[in-house]
Amino acid sequence: MSNAPRLPVHTRLAMLARLLVVQSSWNYETMMGNGIAFAMEPALRRLPGGPNGEQYRAAVGRESRYFNAHPYLAGLAVGALARAELEGDTVSRIERFRAACCGPLGSVGDTLVWAGWLPLCSLVALIAFGAGVGPLGVVVVFLATYNVGHIALRAWVLEAGWRHGLKIAPTLGHPVFRQGPAFIARATAAIAGVAIPLAVARIVGAHPAALAAALAVALAWTFGTALIAKRADGWRAALIGVAAYTLFSIVP
Amino acid sequence: MTPMDLLPFALLGGVLGLDVVSFPQAMVSRPLVAATLAGALAGDAERGLVLGVVLEMVALGTLPFGASRYPEWGSASVVGGALYATGTHGMSGQLAFGMLAALITAWASGESMDWLRKLNARWARAARPLLEQGDGHSVAALQMRGLTADLARGSVVTLVALAVLWPAFTVLSARWSGDADTERTLLAGLTSALGGATIWMLVRGTTGSRLLILAGTAVGMVLIL
Repeated sequence: MSNAPRLPVHTRLAMLARLLVVQSSWNYETMMGNGIAFAMEPALRRLPGGPNGEQYRAAVGRESRYFNAHPYLAGLAVGALARAELEGDTVSRIERFRAACCGPLGSVGDTLVWAGWLPLCSLVALIAFGAGVGPLGVVVVFLATYNVGHIALRAWVLEAGWRHGLKIAPTLGHPVFRQGPAFIARATAAIAGVAIPLAVARIVGAHPAALAAALAVALAWTFGTALIAKRADGWRAALIGVAAYTLFSIVP
Repeated sequence: MTPMDLLPFALLGGVLGLDVVSFPQAMVSRPLVAATLAGALAGDAERGLVLGVVLEMVALGTLPFGASRYPEWGSASVVGGALYATGTHGMSGQLAFGMLAALITAWASGESMDWLRKLNARWARAARPLLEQGDGHSVAALQMRGLTADLARGSVVTLVALAVLWPAFTVLSARWSGDADTERTLLAGLTSALGGATIWMLVRGTTGSRLLILAGTAVGMVLIL
């Protein structure tokens, strides 16, 4: 499927732009199904008969049904399905593909982006903060680092989906997806060790005893979590801890 | 604080709340960014950034996996950042209350996202006959309706949270005992502990990660000593 038919640049750009809102109508029933149809629609206008044609209407109806994936990897399905629709693939093949690729596109994206790239970029920004960089600099470091990966990934998977059609297995077997998460996890581990002490030092300021106390708490908690090996539901613990501290501080 | 004063923050909270799921997920909704922007809007970006950093370490543990329910940090960080940035320098209770306000708002805003998802489902169900007929305009209308509702959701959550929490912040600040340095130490310890634990949970299955964490920590310690 390497000889992909030509899709005009403006159509590709429209699809990429629409993928940025792929989850706007996300819901518990059709999940991002409507967003998939919305992102694919500029390509579907090229079906025989145009936007008023029978084929267009059948394709839009089909593609707006249940679908879910990681939002950044949804472009892979959008590109693949758009090509399948334009090449007149059978309905049963398209529906099988839609049912089969939800799971892989969700889990691969979660591992690579939510559990990998995002925490790594946060930690890079924490290093910038700990190194004394100002508010604008920290924000720019974080957003620039994160979005280089974000936009590149969205654009690449859309292109790959269109190029390979329904045969997306080679794309999912690409080193970015197979070895990327482990590589990012190692980088995250190393950077976390540097970033967290530096960030704490800047928050606490030049108070050696306070800094030592804060880092001791952090290390004890981290190693405690490592020993227990349960999921750290951090925000609830933070809420309870800060609420307790607030009560302690305002009750006479 | 008049409703007109709260309006810019409500708008910012709406726009950043939109980024969490609907558009464009560029992570401008992360506490690091959102609290700093709210701080800048309130006149003190540096204080917004400090609150953003402590919240970011907490937020590392709440990644938006699949269809799970999670706190919404965009609007919440605007609330916390605005409160902390308008506080008085050197006064105790301000960082703690800013953080508490953000955490409460994050929880409430997460609940509002759940309601919005149910509302989107109702709209999608109503539009199903037209969608099945392949009506492209209905597809676009459903997307736009969800987008607008999410913008309104984030704005309302931010407005209500600030309207309730700003007076509480003023009252509680006056009653607060303890010193600001101890408070920063406690909160930095608590949040970095949560951040460290989260990172551990994320990387522990990868070969070599233990050694890398230890090596990184050694470098970090050398840098701060």
